[in-house]
Amino acid sequence: MIVFDRVAKKYDNGHEALRGVSFTLPPGEMTFLTGHSGAGKSTVLKLILLMERASSGTVTVNNLNLNRAGRRDVPALRRSIGMVHQNHHLLFDRSVFDNVALPLRISGFRQPDIDRRVRAALDKVGLLGKEKLEPRMLSGGEQQRVGIARAVVNRPPVLLADEPTGNLDPALAAEIMDIFEEFARVGTSVLIATHDLALIARYRHRLLTLRAGELVQDLGGAPAALLDGEGDADGP
Amino acid sequence: MALDRRAPEKNPPKPAARGGASVVQLRWKDRFDAALDHHRVSAVDALQRMRRNWLTGLMTVLVIAVALSLPAVLYVVLDNLRALSGHVDGQARISLFLRMDVDERAQRDLAARLAEREGIARVEVITREQALAEFRAQSGYGDLLDALDGNPLPGVVVVQPARVEDAQALHEVLAKEPAVELAQLDSAWLQKLAAMLTIGGRMAQALAVAFALAVLLVVVNTIRLAIESRREEILVVKLVGATDAFVRRPFLYSGLWFGLAGGLVAVLLVAGLVLWVEAPVAALVSLYGSSFALAGLGAAGSLALAAAGAGLGLLGAWLAVMRHLREIEPT
Repeated sequence: MIVFDRVAKKYDNGHEALRGVSFTLPPGEMTFLTGHSGAGKSTVLKLILLMERASSGTVTVNNLNLNRAGRRDVPALRRSIGMVHQNHHLLFDRSVFDNVALPLRISGFRQPDIDRRVRAALDKVGLLGKEKLEPRMLSGGEQQRVGIARAVVNRPPVLLADEPTGNLDPALAAEIMDIFEEFARVGTSVLIATHDLALIARYRHRLLTLRAGELVQDLGGAPAALLDGEGDADGP
Repeated sequence: MALDRRAPEKNPPKPAARGGASVVQLRWKDRFDAALDHHRVSAVDALQRMRRNWLTGLMTVLVIAVALSLPAVLYVVLDNLRALSGHVDGQARISLFLRMDVDERAQRDLAARLAEREGIARVEVITREQALAEFRAQSGYGDLLDALDGNPLPGVVVVQPARVEDAQALHEVLAKEPAVELAQLDSAWLQKLAAMLTIGGRMAQALAVAFALAVLLVVVNTIRLAIESRREEILVVKLVGATDAFVRRPFLYSGLWFGLAGGLVAVLLVAGLVLWVEAPVAALVSLYGSSFALAGLGAAGSLALAAAGAGLGLLGAWLAVMRHLREIEPT
C-alpha cells in the first residue's frame, strides 16, 4: 500500500522534480508509472524508498508516514519493499545465490529457509542452476533477472521496478511481467516505472503518467487510450 | 528454465499475509541465531579478505605490532630495573659518625632510640674499639695506629631505612641529632635510580598513550580504505534494508583481527628481544655477583598486550565506521 498526498519535491539545486502528486496504490494492484526522462519517475521511487524525502505533502508506505520516519526506520521500510533497479545493483564478488539471499540474510532468515526461498525465486526467473555463478558471467538480461529474484525473494508487500524489462527480449519480458502479476494477484502493491509503450499497451493495468513533475494522467483504461495518453506526454 | 506464460497460476507466490501489507515476522530466537550466523560469517569473511590482500594486511599488522612493542619493551626494561633495585634495597644505609665525646653508653642509647623509630628497619652499632680493631685488621696500617695517641676513630651507628625512597628524608633528620657529627647516606644512587624509575614509568605511560593513538590511527585509516573500496557493496546492502549494525559488522571484525594479530606479533617481538639480550645480561650481572635474572612480559603481560591490540583495533574500526559509513547513502 502506497499513498502519495500532494507530494512535492524540490532538490537543493532548485529543480522541482514533483509538484502536488497524489495517488493511492492499494494492495494487490499493479500500476505502470510512465513519463519521459526527468518527468519525476525516479523521484517517486526514491521517495518510496526514503532515498529522498518529500519537500511537502506526505508519502505513506505500508501505513508508515515517511515524514515521521527516522533514520532507524529506514532499514525496516526497505526490507518491506522489493526494488528492481535499472542498473541491477548486484554484488559482483558474490555468487548469484548470495546476491539473491542478501535480503533474507539481512532479515534474519536461517540457512535452510534461505536455501528454499532463494531456489524458489531463482526458479521463478529461470535462473535455477546458475546460482553458483558470479554475476559478471551472466548476460545483461540474466543480471536483470537476478535483481528481480532478489526483489521478490522475501515476498515484500510492495514491489517497485525501474525499467525492469529494459534488457530483456520480449519473451523474457513477458515472463517477468507474469511474475509481477502473480505478486499483485496475491496482494502485493506493484509499481513499475517504464517507458516501454509496447509493454504498457500489452497489459491492461492502471497507468500513472508524469509530466514535468505533475501527475497528468491516472488511467485504468484500454491499451489504445494509454498509448494516446503517452503520446500526449511525449509532446514538446 | 522458463515459466509457462499462459499458466502463471501454476506456481503462485505466497506472501506472508493476505493483502500483502506485512513483512514476514520472525521469531526472536531465529533473529538471534541469524545475528550469530552473521557474526560468524562476518568474522570469517574479514579473515578471508585479510588473506586475499595479505601483503597490505601484513604491513598493517606489522605497523601495529611495532607500535605496540615499543612501549611494551620499555615496560619490560623498567620492570627489570625495578626488580634489580629491589635486589639491592638492603644496601641503602645511613652511617652516623658520632662526635668524639659520645661514649659507648650514649652510643647504645642512641641506637636503641633509633631502633624504636618508624621507617627504620635495622640499627647496627660499631663502637670506637670495634672500629679500631676492624681498621687494624683490614687496613694493614696497624703500626701507624700504634704510633698515635689513643683511638682516632669515632663511634658509628649504621641505620638501614625501611624504604629506600625515605632514605633521603631520614638522612636529613638524623643529621640533626646532637650526638651526630656527620651523617652519610651510602646509597644516594639507589634513590636516584628510584626517582629515575618513576620518571621512566611516567614516560612509558605517555609513550604507551602516544603509540596507542598511532595504532588507532593506523586502524582507522585501514578500515576507512576498506569502507571506500567496498562502497558499492555498502550501497547495495543499504538499499535492500540492511541495518547499521549489519553493515558495520564485517568492518568491526576486520579491525578486531588487525589489532589482535598486531598484538600477537608484538608479543613475539618482545619475547624475541628478551631472548636476544638474556645471555649478555646474565653475563653482566654475574660480574657483579648477582643472581638477578631478566624477566619477559610473562603470561599475563602477553595476554594484556594482545588484548590491548585487539581492543585498539576494534575501537579504531568503530571510529572509522561511525565516521564514514553514514556518508555512504544510496541516492
